[in-house]
Amino acid sequence: MIEIRGLCKRFGRKVVLDGVDLAIPKGKNTVVIGGSGTGKSVLIKCAVGLLRPDAGEILIDGADITKMNEAERVRVRQKFGMLFQGAALFDSLDVGDNVAFALRRLKLYPERQIRDVVEEKLSMVGLRDVQRLMPAELSGGMKKRVGLARAIASEPDILLYDEPTTGLDPIMADVINDLIISLRETLGVTSIAITHDMASACKIADSIAMLYRGKIIEVGTPDEIRATSNPVVAQFVAGRAHGPITDENEEFVRFVRRTHAADEGTRRG
Amino acid sequence: MTEPARRSGAARLAEGLGERVYAMLQDLGDIFTLFLQVVSWIPRPPSEFRNVVKQMEEVGVRSMPVVLVTATFTGMVLALQSYSGFQRFGATSFVGSVVALSITRELGPVFAGLMVSGRVGASMAAELGTMKVTEQIDALVTLATNPVKYLVVPRVLAATVVLPVLVVFADLVGILGGYFVAVYLLGANPYVYIAKTYQYLQMKDIYTGLIKASVFGMLIALISCHHGFIAQGGAEGVGRATTRAVVASSMMVLISDYFMTSFMF
Repeated sequence: MIEIRGLCKRFGRKVVLDGVDLAIPKGKNTVVIGGSGTGKSVLIKCAVGLLRPDAGEILIDGADITKMNEAERVRVRQKFGMLFQGAALFDSLDVGDNVAFALRRLKLYPERQIRDVVEEKLSMVGLRDVQRLMPAELSGGMKKRVGLARAIASEPDILLYDEPTTGLDPIMADVINDLIISLRETLGVTSIAITHDMASACKIADSIAMLYRGKIIEVGTPDEIRATSNPVVAQFVAGRAHGPITDENEEFVRFVRRTHAADEGTRRG
Repeated sequence: MTEPARRSGAARLAEGLGERVYAMLQDLGDIFTLFLQVVSWIPRPPSEFRNVVKQMEEVGVRSMPVVLVTATFTGMVLALQSYSGFQRFGATSFVGSVVALSITRELGPVFAGLMVSGRVGASMAAELGTMKVTEQIDALVTLATNPVKYLVVPRVLAATVVLPVLVVFADLVGILGGYFVAVYLLGANPYVYIAKTYQYLQMKDIYTGLIKASVFGMLIALISCHHGFIAQGGAEGVGRATTRAVVASSMMVLISDYFMTSFMF
């Protein structure tokens, strides 16, 4: 169980998260949706302790990760596995060593068992006989699957997915969706995925939360989200170019043009 | 919008300069913090022995050819220059001493440092920078591994240990290069040359050069890792980080060389 309360994060003057409240129930897939650059990645990076928020709490099984020292955070992080957007495989290590990375660092298994454990994790994501390949030899979909095998290798309680289907063809995207669902069923993990792919979100989510302007503006089951009355959420779900999200941008662009023209005017005058 | 345009050129220049100085001081502070982190991570398990050996190969074995070529030609040109200079007041018998002292005290360590700044500094900054922008460093953290311990500690240790070794070889081939030019090309007496080399060369000249080399190695690794770690913005950012790492570590080699020399002699 993860509970996020009043989470704020700024970079310089740009406020990215402005009081996010979200509860992620145990053993469920929670998907956070939102446009590009709305701070979805920042949200999960705060959750795993890669970024330190400016304010707010993130309770992992009741313990607040934002108030921990580094040693405690290291211990809590072992509950997490994370799949990165570009898979983030270590290019100097082969697939087997990538998947075995945390197992060796934490000495979870004796060295002679590691190959078998790695083969088992790889088979969970539908790969076999790839241990000797280097990351550069893999396709995008295979990289994501190896990244997933690496994330589940140390048997975490919580899995974080950063844009799991971005950059994949529709079939491979659906393979990843199925994997995410099957991992929840077989391992019983709690998971948070962030995505802007609505098809994926609706397929894998037990509940969907929409992040907009630094806040969670709506939470619901996929059906509830699709039937929403909130015009912002409705625009995002339908993927329309016109609506409250883009109108504001257009208004902003018009505002900038106006002030710019006024500036030009005063300078000439 | 219009406010900066009204400021005078001098004010803007001063502002730009101030920003540069501020950024430089911040870099120095960050590098010092990184140094403290490295020191605190060295004794803690798990041991990074295999990584250290791998880096030693990268820093040492792979840099050996460039360092040797540089040192040989430095020794040769030193002999050539000092021979023609000393001829004017009939002191050509001292060429051996001049070559040996210049190489061991100054040119061996400094040129090796500069070569390693270019070769190793660039590759460290580029590798760590790429890992940063492709989130591999974040991935390390989520896999129960401290990036400073896993990436920076082995590089700093390897460079600190290996650079003096490189300099021992640089000293040797530099002196041989000088001997070759003086004896075979300029017709100096080989016995006098060797005798003068021994007569004025002290152990202190050699080991101060090696201590310098060790410090250069540490500085190069720290600076380059720092610039790799703060890289952002894709391939372009990695390129910028690499340039900064090479420029900053070459400058630090020369600056720290002056201060170390003034303390040691």
